[in-house]
Order: sequence, then C-alpha cells, then structure tokens
Amino acid sequence: MSTVQGSPLEPTIPDGPVAPEPTDANARGESQGRLIFKRFMSNKLAVASVIIYLAVLVFSVSAIGLGPIHGWWKFSYTELNDQLNQGAPTLSIIPQWLGGSGIHLGEHPFGQDRIGKDYFALTMRGIQNSMLVMVVLGLFATVLGVVVGAIAGYFRGWVDAVLMRITDVFIVIPAIVIGAIVGRTANGLGAFGLAILLGAVSWMVIARLVRSEFLSLREREFVEAARVAGASDMRIIFKHILPNAVGVIIVASTLLIASAILLETALSFLGFGIKSPDSSLGLLISQNQSALTTRPWLFWWPGSFIVLLALLVNFVGDGLRDAFDPRQRRFSIRRTKEQPSEPDEPTTADAARVESA
Amino acid sequence: MVSFIARRVLVSILILIAASFIMYVLTANSGDPLQDLSSSSSPNRQALIDARVHAQHLDVPPPLRWGIWLGGVAKCVIPFANQCDLGTTFTNQEVTDLLPHAMVATLQLVTLAFVLAVVLGIALGMVTALRQYSAFDYGVTFISFFLFSLPSFLMAVLLKAFIALGFNNFLADPVIGPTALIVIGLLVGGIWQLLIGGNWRRRLIVFVISGLATSLVLWYMSATNWFLKPALGPIVIILLVAGIAYGTTAIMAGIRNRKALLTAGITGGIAVICYFSLQWLFNISSLGTLIFLAVIAIVVGILVGFLLGGYDRAQSMRVGAVVALLSGGVVLLDRFMQSWPAYLNLDTINGRPIGTVGSQTPNLAGDVWIQGIDGFTHLLLPTISLLLISFAGYTRYSRSGMLEVLNQDYVRTARAKGLPERTVIVRHAFRNMLIPLATLVATDIGALLGGAVITETVFAISGMGALFYSGLQRVDVNPVMGYFLVIAMTAIVFNFLADLAYAALDPRVRTH
Repeated sequence: MSTVQGSPLEPTIPDGPVAPEPTDANARGESQGRLIFKRFMSNKLAVASVIIYLAVLVFSVSAIGLGPIHGWWKFSYTELNDQLNQGAPTLSIIPQWLGGSGIHLGEHPFGQDRIGKDYFALTMRGIQNSMLVMVVLGLFATVLGVVVGAIAGYFRGWVDAVLMRITDVFIVIPAIVIGAIVGRTANGLGAFGLAILLGAVSWMVIARLVRSEFLSLREREFVEAARVAGASDMRIIFKHILPNAVGVIIVASTLLIASAILLETALSFLGFGIKSPDSSLGLLISQNQSALTTRPWLFWWPGSFIVLLALLVNFVGDGLRDAFDPRQRRFSIRRTKEQPSEPDEPTTADAARVESA
Repeated sequence: MVSFIARRVLVSILILIAASFIMYVLTANSGDPLQDLSSSSSPNRQALIDARVHAQHLDVPPPLRWGIWLGGVAKCVIPFANQCDLGTTFTNQEVTDLLPHAMVATLQLVTLAFVLAVVLGIALGMVTALRQYSAFDYGVTFISFFLFSLPSFLMAVLLKAFIALGFNNFLADPVIGPTALIVIGLLVGGIWQLLIGGNWRRRLIVFVISGLATSLVLWYMSATNWFLKPALGPIVIILLVAGIAYGTTAIMAGIRNRKALLTAGITGGIAVICYFSLQWLFNISSLGTLIFLAVIAIVVGILVGFLLGGYDRAQSMRVGAVVALLSGGVVLLDRFMQSWPAYLNLDTINGRPIGTVGSQTPNLAGDVWIQGIDGFTHLLLPTISLLLISFAGYTRYSRSGMLEVLNQDYVRTARAKGLPERTVIVRHAFRNMLIPLATLVATDIGALLGGAVITETVFAISGMGALFYSGLQRVDVNPVMGYFLVIAMTAIVFNFLADLAYAALDPRVRTH
C-alpha cells in the first residue's frame, strides 16, 4: 500500500518539479486554463475515469440515500434480514441464451453477510464513507499544506526554518502509524471526523512542494514587477504566485486523494477507522476475513470497489499531470505520436527517446 | 565533511525528540488506558487500577509523562551502563526485553521484501525504459497502476485466503491438467515475446518456443510428481550454472571479454565440482557453516578473477564473485529441495506447507535445511504482500530515470564513440540512473516498516508491527513508543545514508 506521505506516482524525486513555463500557445488566442482543459479532455482514459467516478458516487448515494433521506434500494445497511440460500449473491448477468439464469438482480444482488445484512447496502455505504474521507481529507490536507508551504516559501527566513522543521518532525512518522493513532482518537466521530483528523497529519508532502514552488516563483520578474508597483504581500501571494503554482498543487492533491482511500480502508481494516454498525470497504473485509473461503463474495465486492476507486483517481491524477505539464509525459498510456494538434508538444524530445530506446 | 555530519546528527536528534513528543501525547490521548480494568468485574478492581496508575504514572499529565519517558531513554545513551529504560507494558514486561525479539521478526520480513522490491523493480523499470512505448511497456505501466491502487491488506488477505489454501490443496494431488498447461504456455509465451520484441517473425518464434518449453517442463514435472519430490539433478544444475556464468559475463563485462568469460566458466566449474563433492558437508551443516561457505565461494570467485584478470582485473574479479555467489545459491537450492519431502511428511506440516500464521512452525525439530524451508514457507506470502507496496514505485521511478538519462549528452557521446550498447547502458546510464533512486530508497524504508503493521496483523507475526498494534489498542504507550523509536531511527539513519550515497554517486554534490 502506498501511503499518504509518499506520492509514488510523482516522478520528480529531488526537489519538486520545476515551475511550468508559460507556453507560447497564446498565439492562438487561448488562455492557459483553456489549453490545460483541452489537453485533459483529449486524454480519454482520464475523462472516462472522472465520469465513472461520478457515476459511482451518484449510484451509491441514490441507492441507499444519505442520512435520513431514503434511497431507491429496499434494504438499509443496518437492518437484519433472513438468510436466503446461505447469503449467496442473487445477481445474474449471464443471459439465458448463454446458459445462464438470465439478467436479474434478485433479492440480494451482492449477497448477505453472516448475520443477514444486505451486502449491497453495506457496500454502497462503504463507498459513500470512503468517498467522503477521500474528498474531505484531500481538501483539508491540501489547504493546510498550501498555507504552510506558501508562508514558508514566501517569507523565508526564520518562518521558513520553523515551519520546515515542523514538517520534518511530522514526516518522520509513517502515515499508517500516525493515521492509526489519530484514527483511534477519532473513535466515534464518524467518517467526517476521521477524515479531518487524518487530513491534519497528511499535509506535509504538499507543504514541501508548494514551498519549493514559491521559492522559485517569488524570484521571477513578474513578482518583482508587482512588488515595485506596490502590491501587498497578500496580493502577490494570491494573485501572482498561487495561480502559477496551481498545477503542482492539483496534481499532488489528486495523488493524495488516491492514497487517502488506501489509508482509510487500511485503518478501518485494522480497527482504527470507521467502526460497525457504520460500514467501510476496509471494515467489511476485516469483519469477514475468516469466512472468505466459504463465502468469497464477501471479499470480492468491497475489494474490487477499493481497487476501482483508487485506480480511477490515479488515472485522473495522471491525466492532470500530463495536462499541466506536457513535458513530463511519462506515464501516458497513449502514444505521444497520436497527438498531432498541439503546437507546444515537445515532440523532438520524445522522438529522441524513441530512437534511443 | 565532519561538520556536515555533526550538524546532520544534531538536527536528526532534535527532530527525533520532537516527533517522539507528538507521538507520546497523541497516543496517550487516543483513548482510555484503564478501559479494560474499569469494565472488569474482578473484586480487586480498584487495587488493579491503582497499581496501573502508579506503575505507568497515569496520574501525571501526558506532556510531563513524556518527560519521565525521555529521562529513561536518555539513560540508553550512557555508554556501557546498560541502564536502558523504555518503560513497561501493562503486563509489566520491560519494553527493552520485548524489542529485540520483535525486531528480528520484522527485520527478516522487511529486509527480504525491500531487497527484492529494489532489485526486481529497478530491473523491470530498466527493461520497460529500453522497450519504451512497446506493448510490454504499456502492460507494465497498467500493472503498476493497478498495484498502486491495491492496498496491502487486500493483497495479504487475498494471498492468505486463496493462494495459500489453493497451493496446499494442489499439493494434495499435484497434477496439472491439460487446460492449465495450455493456458500457462500461452501466457508465458506471450510474456516472453513482449519482452524480447523485434519483428513479428522473431516474436512468433520466441512465442512458440518459450510457450511450448514451459508447457512441456510443467507437464514433465507434473507427471514425475516433481512438486512432492523436487530436485534439480546434476544436468539441470550444470545447465543453470553455465547459464549464470554466460549471463553474468554478458551483462557485467560483455561476452567478448574472454578473460571475464573464462573467469566465469572456471568459477562455475568449481561450483559444479563442489555440488558433487560437498554433499556430505551439507548434511551436517549449520547456519554458521553455510555463511562461511558463502564467504569462501566469493573469495574463490575473486581469486579466480585476480589470477586470470589481465589488464582489467577488477572487472573479472567482480564477475567471479557474482558467479560464485549465484551458482552457490543454485547448489544450496538443490540441497533445500532434497529436504522438501522430509519437511512435507513432518507431523506438524502434514502435507500443507504454506503457513499463514506466525513466522515459523512452533516446536519444529529438524536441521538447518528443514528450518530454512519452514522459514521460507512462512515468510513467502507476507514478503510478497509487503513487496508489492514499493515494487510498483521502483519500476516507475527507474523507468523515468532511465529515460531521462538516456536523453543526456554523455550517453550520446558514449554511443558516438562507438561503445557497445551494453557498455552504454550498464556503465554510463545505469549508474547515473541510481542517483535519484537513493533518495527514494530512504523514504521507502519508512513506508515498508509502516506497512509491516498490516502484514504482521494479517499473518499473525509477532514483530514490531504487532507490538505497535496491540499497544495502541490498549492505549499502552510504552510499547508504542518503543516501536516508534526503532522505526524513526531506522528512517533517519537511512535518510542519512542516502545523503552520503548521493555524495558518493554524484561528484557534483561534493563540490557544493
């Protein structure tokens, strides 16, 4: 499992990525943001991932509802039902003309657990909780990291030294260890409280990235010009530097979100995360560990949804990185050759790579 | 340099102390340490509570209690006094007594997983970089994305519940059916043709040969009950050693370097002779003898290289040492296989070798070979699930690092000089690719040690992770802090080593 602290898909190891150079694509009269958006939209895998992710979100929320609102599914994740057919899944997707039993959902499409709870409702609730933790943790840690990194990088001097030493102190403790301690503390606070507390100990990588970004950007001419024109520190930070650092922040934040689901499910698995009677994908696997050989569906449903969600976010993060910094097209699934219309494509470098390989 | 090291050590100690404060206060506030006692119904409940409060200083607020704990730790620094005091657990065991045993169990696991992840990850990353934008490259990219998204507890549960059981059931009746043979053959053939590459004719030939060979070998193994009585036998050993000698020379020195090839051949020959003549020694060996033999093997390899070396002695000596070590490994593997039937028939094993609980079978009687197999069967699955945490990361990093290096001017210069491709890759590109990886390796150790918490929980190994897990569950701060001290110090030491490695690998760093 990758941890929240390490962002394994981030390829630049030593000191954070270089600031994206302003491209000369303005010749076509398009804004930077528009170009990035177009580049992202041309990455079919990433766009499909966004759509599937949203679809899963809508599906899980509408199926069992949110809070007091009831969804369209007939069972809730807390009610006990009679065990039908040893709790085996009734979902069938093989049509009759292929020798299957036809396409139908049945009473309990994902089966039931040992005590007869509907597994579809439990899984949907787990997806809701995991997504909540992903988003809240990601946003909170990003805001915290950006604030720390921006202050350290912009003001430098002793502020920088103090903040970076604090970052060093937190980064010494492995994510899963501090996560477990924080999760133990959050006992009874629910998914939202857990996410906030986990976010409070996951901001270090973003803080370091933002700091190095600020350190290089604050020396640039346009910042100098703004300062000479009499802009205040706040204005320079928010209007001049932050917009230029946004690419790095978004990519790092996406990778943080991808590792957030792994952290949450791992903690719930260990018993330091979300607790029964609430449901989490990690908790479901932990509760049913011993019954897996006789009832494998108790493993496959939550297991595949964990992998699916993490995979989708990783694909989106990859697409975003390509969109923000096309020079770093390292993890692209597509061939770069099939990218004709972009004038700022560094095709010579890629061509050289192909030749050398 | 001395002042640099001194400053680094001082800063590290300060960071360690600050981090330990955060850990201590957070852990102490994470729950109620008296929960198990206050809900108990024993008549002397109040006395037990008082005893624990007194022994653990629970009446002192956590920040001050941290001071008491730190005072105990500070005693460890006094040389030769042997007064280390890391506190006691709720069951009145000294943490200093628990730690060494737990460290051994965890280190076994983490070291193996770490070494395998680094070696395999870098090798795979290099191959994908050299075959960039091939189907193989895309396949590995997709798999590494998949592994990034696969939490290690999921992998551990999957291996434990399905693979361990499946293999043990398979051993009860080790016959591979014809369908399985065909599928495996197609799969292996497909992978090899992707790996070798080339035009469609070459791919087809590779596909057919490798697929057919795999299926035939598996069929032969299944037909002769190989899985119950495995052995390599003299012919396979000679072939394997020859392959090792050839391959090592080809990668490390180039096959046209006759001196290196001769060194490899002679070293391999000595290994084969040892296989025939040393079996009596193996039968009475202990772990110490084996380590001694390994050292001797390396010395012999180096000596052969030295005597034959000629103008490029160091290279031949390196080749000799690697060949000696690898072919020694093959000979040992054969000897382990000879003990496999005896291991399977032990009462405690009963034909189901792959263990899912603990790091060894309790009360196992047997020589070093039986013990070795036992360790292997128990550590295999936890190591795999731990390995996959960082494996994907290494393939990605080494691939992008390799691509970056291959674009550099000095690689073009090396090619322009007319150096063979092997020299360009191994000498010029590979070494420079390793530089940024040094940092990654250091941070990765922390993630691996953290991941061990999960792996040890699933496989019920009583290592450091288990110490942390059970301690945190009961809000028992001292074992948690003992765990923290060890992993934080390991992480800091590795970070420091990475900095030194950086300086050693990259001359530019030294001048700044």
